[in-house]
Amino acid sequence: MTEETHELWTRKLDAYLDGELDSGQMQELDRHLRECPGCAADALRRLQWKRVIHAAGQCYAPNSALRERIQESISPAKPAWWHWRPAFAVTAAVLLLFAGARIFRQEIVQPKKHLVQLSRIVGELADLHVSTLASANPVDVVSSDRHNVKPWFAGKIPFTFDLPELQSSPFELVGGKVSYIEQSPGAQLLFRVRKHQISVFIFQARSLPMDFERPEGMDARSFRLESWQRDGLQYFVIGDVAPEDLRALGELMNK
Amino acid sequence: MPSSFEQLALPLFGRLYNFAHWLTQNREEAEDLVQETYAKALKGFSSFQPGTNFKAWMFRILRNTFLNSRTGIKAATVAVDLPDDDPALPAERQTPESILIDRASQQMVQGAIAELAVSYREVLLLCEVEEMSYQEIAAALAIPVGTVMSRLSRARRALREAVQQKLHRSSP
Repeated sequence: MTEETHELWTRKLDAYLDGELDSGQMQELDRHLRECPGCAADALRRLQWKRVIHAAGQCYAPNSALRERIQESISPAKPAWWHWRPAFAVTAAVLLLFAGARIFRQEIVQPKKHLVQLSRIVGELADLHVSTLASANPVDVVSSDRHNVKPWFAGKIPFTFDLPELQSSPFELVGGKVSYIEQSPGAQLLFRVRKHQISVFIFQARSLPMDFERPEGMDARSFRLESWQRDGLQYFVIGDVAPEDLRALGELMNK
Repeated sequence: MPSSFEQLALPLFGRLYNFAHWLTQNREEAEDLVQETYAKALKGFSSFQPGTNFKAWMFRILRNTFLNSRTGIKAATVAVDLPDDDPALPAERQTPESILIDRASQQMVQGAIAELAVSYREVLLLCEVEEMSYQEIAAALAIPVGTVMSRLSRARRALREAVQQKLHRSSP
């Protein structure tokens, strides 16, 4: 092997180790390295250097914050709302909270409040009826004639009402007086059916704190109570009679 | 088959950062360089030819961005004493590699790489660390393959000499 040939191979050692020679040159150099201990040793040392540089050159690692920043900057553009998603989440949470509170009020608190008011007013009506029955003078205008009783209320209460014709009915008008509920004046009419007495209360519906449109046969301390609304007036019929009697008197009052 | 910029570019993040740090020799500058590289690459992604070497394309953008930075301009003014188009030089017959490899620490090699001129440092790192082919390096650095080979040869020799000098200085 001449010096010139050896130098030629040495020149190609780096390209050989970098995998840059074509297959023909690679095979030729392979053969040379098997035959030339000097070139083989040189190739080994260069290979070791490559490994040392490879290991030494991989020493800088980026931090995760930079990665996140870059990832954010190159990610496909999000729709405009995407950037507002925290605000959307907060808004949705607030709306849910309000909706929940509203449902709570409507479904739980308000019905409970409604029941409390209903119970209080029914209680007051029962008290008025009982005190009327217990009184030595249960009514202020004593008359079975509706044409005497109705005019008596004129000027005493801020509304007027009709009294039914009771002939051919089991009911008898005893009389009437002014009553108050929720600090509003109204008419209390006392009727008799067989040996039972029934009070009919008439108030302006707007003076009451709640709607009594369909109380559905409320019980008030064993008294039965029916109620309805007509022409802005709220009617209550309370007594210890059968529901049919209350309903029948109610129908008469409603005529 | 990844096709979006994110899918192609994100796997190169660590490699680009390592290369950027070697070029700038500074963490903050390397971070800025990588960030700017991604921004430019994303902007110019439509001009990238599918089927060509994306990795070389990204490294080329990074290297060009570096050369236009203050640090890059300063580094480029450092003269390299040998012309690029010289043929690759043969290694010295009596090479001290075996001794050097045994005695040189990784820190010493890293110091020697850092001291290389940028034109040598970049070609050496792209070949030895990134394991790019000469063709890929030529594409990344926008130089002919022959220049890659000659610079690589000189860079290796310069590194050996630098490590040797460090060993001489450190020996009692």
